[in-house]
Amino acid sequence: MLFKILSKDGFRSLVEIILQSNEIIAPKKIGTKADGDPIHQFLPVTSFEEMDLDYRTTEYSAKTYFLPYRENLCTFDFEADDWEQKIAYRMQPRAIIGLRAFDINALTKLDKVFSKGRFPSPYYISRRKNTFIVGIDREPLEDEFCQSIGADIVTHGFDLFMTDLGDRYFVAVDSDRGFNLLNRVDVREVTDEDTQAYKEVRKRIQNGFKTKINLSNLPNLLDLEFTSEVWKKWGDKCLSCGSCAMVCPTCYCYGVSEEVSMDFKEGARVKQLYSCNLLDFARVAGGHNFRPDQETRLKYRYYHQHRGFLEDYDEPKCVGCNRCGRVCLAGISPAAVIRDLYEENV
Amino acid sequence: MCPLPLRSYDVRLESEMNQPLDFNRLLRLKPVAKVFKSEITGVIRLTEMEKLFHIRIIDDAERERFSFLPGQFVMLEVPGYGEVPISISSSPSNKGYIELCIRKAGTVTNALHRAHRGAKVGIRGPFGTNFPLERMEGQSILLIAGGLGLAPLRAPIFHVTENRSDFRDVHILYGTKDPDQLLFDYQYEEWRRIDDVNIQVIVEQANDSWKGPVGLITKLLDNVTIDPNGTYAIVCGPPVMFKFVCGQLSQMGIPMDRMFVSLERRMHCGMGKCCRCNVGDTYTCTDGPVFDYWSVINLKEAI
Ligand SMILES: Cc1cc2nc3c(=O)[nH]c(=O)nc-3n(C[C@H](O)[C@H](O)[C@H](O)COP(=O)(O)OP(=O)(O)OC[C@H]3O[C@@H](n4cnc5c(N)ncnc54)[C@H](O)[C@@H]3O)c2cc1C
Ligand code: SF4
Ligand code: SF4
Ligand code: FES
Repeated sequence: MLFKILSKDGFRSLVEIILQSNEIIAPKKIGTKADGDPIHQFLPVTSFEEMDLDYRTTEYSAKTYFLPYRENLCTFDFEADDWEQKIAYRMQPRAIIGLRAFDINALTKLDKVFSKGRFPSPYYISRRKNTFIVGIDREPLEDEFCQSIGADIVTHGFDLFMTDLGDRYFVAVDSDRGFNLLNRVDVREVTDEDTQAYKEVRKRIQNGFKTKINLSNLPNLLDLEFTSEVWKKWGDKCLSCGSCAMVCPTCYCYGVSEEVSMDFKEGARVKQLYSCNLLDFARVAGGHNFRPDQETRLKYRYYHQHRGFLEDYDEPKCVGCNRCGRVCLAGISPAAVIRDLYEENV
Repeated sequence: MCPLPLRSYDVRLESEMNQPLDFNRLLRLKPVAKVFKSEITGVIRLTEMEKLFHIRIIDDAERERFSFLPGQFVMLEVPGYGEVPISISSSPSNKGYIELCIRKAGTVTNALHRAHRGAKVGIRGPFGTNFPLERMEGQSILLIAGGLGLAPLRAPIFHVTENRSDFRDVHILYGTKDPDQLLFDYQYEEWRRIDDVNIQVIVEQANDSWKGPVGLITKLLDNVTIDPNGTYAIVCGPPVMFKFVCGQLSQMGIPMDRMFVSLERRMHCGMGKCCRCNVGDTYTCTDGPVFDYWSVINLKEAI
């Protein structure tokens, strides 16, 4: 990995250069919670001032810029008894600035599903390739358990990754386009002093992770505890609202439905992100539902995160951001559920 | 400083689809969103609830490249209504068109039942795993179906009857609730006349005109003698049937990894992406729909 030192002014000009002809998505403060904490979301920004890189987390992940909540897979033009299918992908370049390590790791997990394998998705790949990613290292929130999962550091999947050293940024460069862009602003080589300062900051961030979960043997445990009462205990609380999957940076399951315009001239096949906690997730024609109760559906969300995904890609799907735990009105959080599984708390 | 437009990377996988499609699972890129425009060239009424559709891909080049293995399914698109997974029900050696046997079950299938000859639909695929017939060569085969299960079973039946000399004993066993629900009743006679094929049909409830045996499909197995070491079984039908039939086959001595079943789940992509067809740690659309019975009983909540 190539490292550079970027001054704070240099960063500002970098952002301004990108902004001159591209869209930038960055954390933006959109309000304040009752307890005074700011609320941030990844939203389009039009100036350097609008971004708030001092954010801690966002309510929603940035996955919507890669897997939109709603997207047309294709359209149909109807004509007499015939039709024509049209397929289009989004290709306009844009930059996302301020993704934290776990959010970038979430993208590399999605890459495995959508860019590789037997059926790479052009919808995903065109968005992913045309997105310039600038990550930033931030101090974690207390409830994040990225470290236990190993998603607190990032080694690839971005263009630039910055660590704030007070008056300057320590920047990791992972792409040619990142390198070229950096060279247009005020950068310099890394000195020993910078490296030292960087290590200090890293140590501080590393020590900031307070929530730990035990992942050793979890895949086996999920098999063994398949009929455990723990699922009932948590399943009974679940409202089947699907919020957890909506905010999760790696939940990607979806449904496809078809729509027709009022004049019957046009139709569209629409993909919408779904959640395995929703009631009709596995319902088939005739009314049979393969997962009729909350308990089974909730269990399968964990089963996919920590067992199924591992089977295919040798790593869990979850990155430990705890967005799902925070959004859940029923108070269901991965750390608590997994702890209960280990300790057989029913 | 001059503005820096980030370079746009044009990624068009669809163009790859004009390359010869080879569905032997080696080719990396397969149809993702594009449907092959097809015409319904014929409709055959089978029962109150089921119709058989003859479907022909319109484009010559696309049609020639299309080939499938018994047990695979296609995603059938009815523009304006939706897309549904349907097993291919015709002979793999038939290159001109495919046959899909479809039960009226909901929005899309109802729309299809209203469609006439000449209507244009789209197909994607084929998808999924197949019955490993090449592994069964030289061995005896039990082809067992219940209800709509005869639709997916027809492809292997065609393969086996067309290549009769590649196999030892061939038994076709089929059962439904009542005689009115029997699918492809006009075909049993044809199969029966093929030299050395044992076909038996049973219904749970007879009516006045029914002359055949009455009872559950497992009853037919009592009349079949097999060599447990040289027999494969293919079982299609509702999941409850798997338990009874495969259970009995097990008792007859057939190893569980020589019985093949086809699972059904809700599907929205066919490509292992939407997760709707997930069972245990696998996906029915890519790891299945054909599974050997050993894998099925080891999958969580598969049947
Ligand atoms: C591998 C496979 C092979 C199949 N082969 C056949 C066949 O040969 N003949 C036949 O009649 N039926 C077959 N089915 C079942 C058929 O797909 C459903 O009956 C059909 O999807 C119902 O769609 P609908 O729009 O009419 O019903 P609705 O209830 O309106 O369904 C809405 C949507 O849900 C999904 N869906 C609902 N039920 C099912 C289901 N059982 N399986 C998958 N997706 C579903 C579809 O995406 C559908 O568009 C098969 C299913 C699978 C999984
Ligand atoms: S776990 Fe919580 S957020 Fe997820 S569906 Fe259940 S109630 Fe909703
Ligand atoms: S903690 Fe929750 S929201 Fe975050 S990656 Fe894991 S499952 Fe998804
Ligand atoms: S049908 Fe979408 S994952 Fe199997």
